[in-house]
Amino acid sequence: MELIQILLEPFGYEFMRMALLTAVTVGIVASTLSVIVVLRGWSLLGDAISHSVLPGLAAAAALNLPLTLGGAVAGITASLLVGIVESKTRVRNDTAIGIVLTGTFALGLVIISKFRPAVDIFHILFGNVLAVSYEDFLTTVLLSAAVIAFFAALLKEIVAYTFDPIFAYVVGLPSSTLHLVLMLMISLAVIAALQTVGIILIIALLITPGAAGQLVAKNLRQMFLISIAVGVTSAIVGLYLSFYFAVSSGGTIALTATALFFAISIVRKMTFSGRRAPQAFR
Amino acid sequence: MLTEGLRAENLTVVYERVVALEDVSFSVSHGSMTAVVGPNGAGKSSLLKAAVGLVKPFRGRVTVLGDTVEKARGRIAYVPQREDVYWDYPLTVWDVVAMGRFKAVGYLKTVGKNDEKVLKALERTGLTSLMDRKISELSGGQQQRVFLARAIAQEAELYLLDEPLKGIDAESEDKLLILLHELKQEGKTIVMSTHDLSSTFELFENILLLRNRVVAFGPPEKVLTSENLSAAYGSDRVAMHFADVRRVAGWS
Repeated sequence: MELIQILLEPFGYEFMRMALLTAVTVGIVASTLSVIVVLRGWSLLGDAISHSVLPGLAAAAALNLPLTLGGAVAGITASLLVGIVESKTRVRNDTAIGIVLTGTFALGLVIISKFRPAVDIFHILFGNVLAVSYEDFLTTVLLSAAVIAFFAALLKEIVAYTFDPIFAYVVGLPSSTLHLVLMLMISLAVIAALQTVGIILIIALLITPGAAGQLVAKNLRQMFLISIAVGVTSAIVGLYLSFYFAVSSGGTIALTATALFFAISIVRKMTFSGRRAPQAFR
Repeated sequence: MLTEGLRAENLTVVYERVVALEDVSFSVSHGSMTAVVGPNGAGKSSLLKAAVGLVKPFRGRVTVLGDTVEKARGRIAYVPQREDVYWDYPLTVWDVVAMGRFKAVGYLKTVGKNDEKVLKALERTGLTSLMDRKISELSGGQQQRVFLARAIAQEAELYLLDEPLKGIDAESEDKLLILLHELKQEGKTIVMSTHDLSSTFELFENILLLRNRVVAFGPPEKVLTSENLSAAYGSDRVAMHFADVRRVAGWS
């Protein structure tokens, strides 16, 4: 089979076209947020938000409410809960996150097993790209567009707040609103990823692209570009792999992101040591 | 005409069951330079944070530039401690200094690459040639000057600096203190915390010697006595060390 054929064949299918567009959209939005998640050290917080979306989705499904609404409320509640647990009990931040993460996730499982809504838990957790309907696609695109638009509009304030929170507060930026907006954005990105990579493997796209960008970027702009490139490439390559090997798309997309991260770090090591070696021998 | 830079009245700050500040009262005039001196845990950071409203007083109150803290927000610049910012950000010197202009520029607008106030702040702090460098690649002294430049670009009236001398060499310390002195002469109020007794205190109008309570407040030569210092630092050795410093400074 010729290369062009290999590349084009999957998209003879309607569901694959839908899946590709959805996956690329998710790749863009998650890898954009990834830059802040990685720089600010929110990887574990992103992990907690994605897990905590589950009870919101389950409750919304059980009550016949929009899944997006349930997931967003749950995600923000969890991020607030982490702050409350941390300040009221004075446990460490990672401990507070661990408690909230497992607690909310367990609640989601209990709700699902009790009410048995018409959603497949496996698909929620790890995505089911074959089932992306036009409506799902539309939800993903609209949510992602809203997140990207808000993120771009508030970029300088977001960077200032996450880089130096005290400065942001003192200079009069609305710190707590910015924090909430960021948590909302992460929650919405998780929900947007529901169909393609699922709410658990989206963590890979919220962490790995930014981490890859950080390895090589000389400035913030470069970091965003590299991160988005890694996110989109992971989505596309992962989808091909999923198609040809008939395996879970969430798995292949997350694995591709992981592989790209290691590839970039190895290339970086080699180019750096290549540059340094002659000097060392001088 | 503003006469008062910063005033605290019976300021008490409590965290859980720990009393960080108790009944702290003092007032510094606008256009003066004050060092808040005391050992680690003496409540220096708490005082600065109360002055910007980051911690709420348990009792008492703080007045900034003759206004409540809330109203004065924006006219205050805060130079954070090293640990308070996230150094992984691949930001350039220009990026950070430009932050000082964010509030003035407003939402949905960016700070122009040729923004005069940013360029001027860079020039004053001697950072023009370093403006495209990543802040993580700078020396400790240069990093402190970046944050001071941001405060200058912000056109603040009150400058609060949390331990700016920590971990920087003597030359950088001199540069920083000279810059602060210049700002003071332009009528800005400077309040800086330090736990390091070897700092140069001659440039300061007032020293607030703190150990959760006010041990002493006033001009350096009145405050920095061995009795006061051993009361603040709890060690006679510190006081003895300081007796030498006083002699060198020509105070005794």
